[in-house]
Amino acid sequence: MRVIREIEITPTSVVRNGQPIAVEATGEKMLVELYRRFAGDYPKFFKMDTLSRLGFIAAEILLKEPTANGQKPTAIILANRSASIKNDTDYMATISNGKYYPSPALFVYTLPNIITGEIAIRYQIQGETSFYILDKPEDLEQILLSTFNLQPSTSALAGWCECSDANTFYAKIQIIWNN
Amino acid sequence: MVYCIGHSIISPLGEGSHANLEAVQAGRSGLKLYTHRFADVEPFCASLFDTPQDFVPLCIKSVEGAITNYQLQITNSKDTVFILSTTKGDDLDLITPAKAIVQHFGNPNAPIVVSNACTSGVCAQITAMRLLEAGLYRHAIVVGCDIQSRFIVSGFQSFKALSPEPCKPFSPDRQGLNLGEAAATIVYTTHPFIPSSVHPYWTLEAGSIHNDATHLSAPSRTGEGAYQCLMDVMEGISADQIALVGVHGTATMYNDAMETIALERAGLQDVPKSVLKPFFGHTMGAAGVVETILCAMQAEQSQIIKMLSGFGGVNAAIRLRCE
Repeated sequence: MRVIREIEITPTSVVRNGQPIAVEATGEKMLVELYRRFAGDYPKFFKMDTLSRLGFIAAEILLKEPTANGQKPTAIILANRSASIKNDTDYMATISNGKYYPSPALFVYTLPNIITGEIAIRYQIQGETSFYILDKPEDLEQILLSTFNLQPSTSALAGWCECSDANTFYAKIQIIWNN
Repeated sequence: MVYCIGHSIISPLGEGSHANLEAVQAGRSGLKLYTHRFADVEPFCASLFDTPQDFVPLCIKSVEGAITNYQLQITNSKDTVFILSTTKGDDLDLITPAKAIVQHFGNPNAPIVVSNACTSGVCAQITAMRLLEAGLYRHAIVVGCDIQSRFIVSGFQSFKALSPEPCKPFSPDRQGLNLGEAAATIVYTTHPFIPSSVHPYWTLEAGSIHNDATHLSAPSRTGEGAYQCLMDVMEGISADQIALVGVHGTATMYNDAMETIALERAGLQDVPKSVLKPFFGHTMGAAGVVETILCAMQAEQSQIIKMLSGFGGVNAAIRLRCE
């Protein structure tokens, strides 16, 4: 496995391939700032929950410049610890405390693998999309190794994409080539 | 080679894979109309346990059911990995119940939870196959489980995806899906010991996952992802070598239409199909495990395919060789 690109996003910092990207805002507002700088042409971003915005922005920054061989990753394999808990909580609020207005627009984001679908749609990636819930980021390593073992030609957008509330998130996502 | 050496199903239709198969063969369904199970939600038809179950104990009971058939103790071994397939886990928490299950069995390895929407139960088996084929473990215990809640029922109702009566997959007047509860376990191993008491068993031959890349909550109109999965798992074999296809068959208008197209494109239109949602409802994270077991138990000396599709545009399929 060869890591060819990497992005790390915290609520206060963005580091691409070891180089910091200057940001003015923090937390959720920083994701909007990054959207305007790196995408800007995909208004569906504003329908997404924070977890999807985080993964989407990471993918935008990673895939904005074509890779050396011009290929895009064939698989999207992401993991985190809290699944879709931030959006689950938001959906729960629409049916709690005497209210009952369940929203399909919120409900669709109550699955963590939705972010893999968002990125697949954006980049027309029809390969594998998988989402795992793990105790710690290192637990993803064996999954990636075994995935590549059975599919020698696979390349992947892979990594950790965690969001427990609107201003508490962490992404470390890589483009990995299997050669 | 990855062998199944044990399996178990616990559902409202019964405890144990054989009890569930007998219920299906006798035409019994777990589907009932619920009017007061959860506050606020409209009446809905589902297959639920009479007594509400707790997630972790139900998973543990399911694992115990799958390992009673043979003597070899593998649950506490470092050679064994637990893979949990669920969408909503224990009240929206997925990793804590997974850790509680491995802790119960004294297993030293970090558990893996597959959360790939409705395809999770098939994807978890693919994950198991990969980990075993890579030599990282000798045994994998795949547990699929979901418990229904006000959260889930309200959400599916907001999508207008629920049928008010027992679902009718592939029927022109189908009105949507029914939700269901179940826990099921499959034990896979690379160690080819097959105790005579376990019959039938199967080998997991191939698996594939593809995204439609078209829509988050509706399948591709051309069945693209499902078609690519079918073509992958049929690589090197022809349609007449497939004895049965266990389809998803949720009875939503779009899913069944999409599957029909994908199956036709893959040349599988004349192969017998198994559709189990009218008996169990859609058991979400458990569906792929429950349905794989029941399809395999109905096949002898033949190869079968199990396919699923779900939110996020994801599709998955596996091919089994049943002895």
